[in-house]
Amino acid sequence: MRGADYVIKRAGFAVLTIFVAITINFFLFRVLPGNAVADLSRVPRATPQLRHALEVEFGLDKPKWEQYLIYLKQLAHGNMGVSYATQQPVSTLLANDLKNTIPMVAVGTIAAILIGVLTGILSAWRRGSALDHLSTNLAIAFYAFPTQFLGLMLLILFASVLPTSGMMNPFVLGPESLWARLKDIGAHMILPALTVCLTLYGEFTLIMRSSMLETLGEDYVLTARAKGLPDRKIVSRHALRNALLPIATVVAISLGWIVGGAILVEFIFTWPGIGWAMWQAIYQRDYPMLQGGFLVLAVSVIVLNFIADLAYFRLDPRIKE
Amino acid sequence: MSAVQEPGLTEGLSVQSHAGFLRSVLRERKAAVVGLGIIAFFVVLSVVAPLVVPYSPNAQTCAVFAPPSARHWFGCDDGGIDLLSEIMQGGRISLLIGFTATVVSMILGGGIGIVSGYFGGWVDVTFMRIVDYLLVIPDLAFAMVISEVWGPSVFHVIVVIGILEWSGTARVIRAQVMSVKERVYVKRARAVGAGNGRVIFRHILPQVGPLLIANTVLTIAVAIYLETALAFLGLEDPSTTTWGTILEHAFARAAVSAGAWWAIVPDGIAITLLIMGCFLFGQAIEDALNPRLKVAHLSIRRWTLRTLVGGAAGMGVRPLVGRGPDAI
Repeated sequence: MRGADYVIKRAGFAVLTIFVAITINFFLFRVLPGNAVADLSRVPRATPQLRHALEVEFGLDKPKWEQYLIYLKQLAHGNMGVSYATQQPVSTLLANDLKNTIPMVAVGTIAAILIGVLTGILSAWRRGSALDHLSTNLAIAFYAFPTQFLGLMLLILFASVLPTSGMMNPFVLGPESLWARLKDIGAHMILPALTVCLTLYGEFTLIMRSSMLETLGEDYVLTARAKGLPDRKIVSRHALRNALLPIATVVAISLGWIVGGAILVEFIFTWPGIGWAMWQAIYQRDYPMLQGGFLVLAVSVIVLNFIADLAYFRLDPRIKE
Repeated sequence: MSAVQEPGLTEGLSVQSHAGFLRSVLRERKAAVVGLGIIAFFVVLSVVAPLVVPYSPNAQTCAVFAPPSARHWFGCDDGGIDLLSEIMQGGRISLLIGFTATVVSMILGGGIGIVSGYFGGWVDVTFMRIVDYLLVIPDLAFAMVISEVWGPSVFHVIVVIGILEWSGTARVIRAQVMSVKERVYVKRARAVGAGNGRVIFRHILPQVGPLLIANTVLTIAVAIYLETALAFLGLEDPSTTTWGTILEHAFARAAVSAGAWWAIVPDGIAITLLIMGCFLFGQAIEDALNPRLKVAHLSIRRWTLRTLVGGAAGMGVRPLVGRGPDAI
């Protein structure tokens, strides 16, 4: 019963936050004064038909509050307007970009979690040793590294061995086997994913270390020790599961940062994802695309946060309190 | 998340003056000394930069992408400008943006945190909903949109970072105020007729002070990070030189393919060092205030770190269970 309450509360919060994000998005682009002449129908080189269709769709001749309602309605139908640059629907373009972003960021983030958890455990286990000092200081250094600096360093170091731009080799002609294609994409993914991984892992190491240290101080660990269990077993069977909890929270909370880092990474490595699309939208003054991109990023973070809340709920029954 | 524990901070701190507290932190924690030293180094360097720059940070004084030499320690950039001078000059603006934005977010975050925690009720609920929203919104994407809509300028960057970064501070300060206002001495002050203003400024603010300092230092790191990221994406006023724009120029003008690592590395190291200094110093203060309040800027939930009071080693238990103040 309590559990259902919790889920409903979190879901309600997620929906409310998405609504706030949509509203702020509308006001940013249509109401606030600024350099943006963000009239959705001002698509350069557009045919009069397209312009007229957009004006009708988004009610651009109506007062602002009515435009807001229409905007909500169009969003509900997945209509985010037409890109100024390519004159294609923003939603189609963004869906394609999101498809490219997700694997790269996911690979980097999961690798960061694995490395962070592992080094964090080792650090806590061998606390005070040379290994611990090395690992902790490295983690602080990588935590402090600006994403763009790290990306540029990797670019300099590996420019001659690995592909540094785009998602696949543009010079391949003719049909290509699926395997060769995947290998090509994989090779292009190494540097961007590695940048994401390295900028994140430091934080995870520090959190995992302190969480593990705390868990190792619990009475049940002392009991396990008194029973004569070997260290390895105490760590893996008794302490690890509880110590992992904070990592779930930290991943959820860092999602906004992960997305921000992804924008920088995609910009450096010309990865054709949503961050690159947003940067291009700024460069080309493509406001519908920028507005849509921001909304998609915000909504994905909110949704992922909600999923993390649910995961946390499963991981830690105490939350039902 | 409703599971935020109220940290019972600064217990026993009231007997010490703030200066005394900072001194004891510096005495006991090497990380704090290192962090403060790094911050002080960059602040001093920024102040004296116009007097000590070896060359003009705006004029061509050497060949395009000239490598580091005895005359130009850090080499030259794509316009033949001495990079050492440029980095010193850029540090002035980056630090200015970082510090000013932090002040803005401290006033907002500290103020809202105190008001929210002290008065509670619907004020608290409203502010905390805004905080929840700001915590899930992707910072950099939001900052990109705003600086694009408003147009690129140093002032806009400061405002954007200021309004983005106050939420974490507000949350921490609110929790602290909520616990302080229930203390006996505050209740006593109210009982003898002290008004809200007097209670807040005379009795609560001094208690929250050290925590606010820790948060300020940690926020400076985030502000500098955001500034360099925005500048790197070309959303900074193109006529200014900051640490971010130096990296952006190097990247845009193909320093990588020219093999001119010196246009990137010293500048990047400067940013990294400053962020690291802020992290070390801010974290050390936080740890000293309360070992339970760790990495607060990273997390909503807090987890406790219990310090075993003596004995652990004597019981023949290896470091597995004992730990001291150096635990991060």
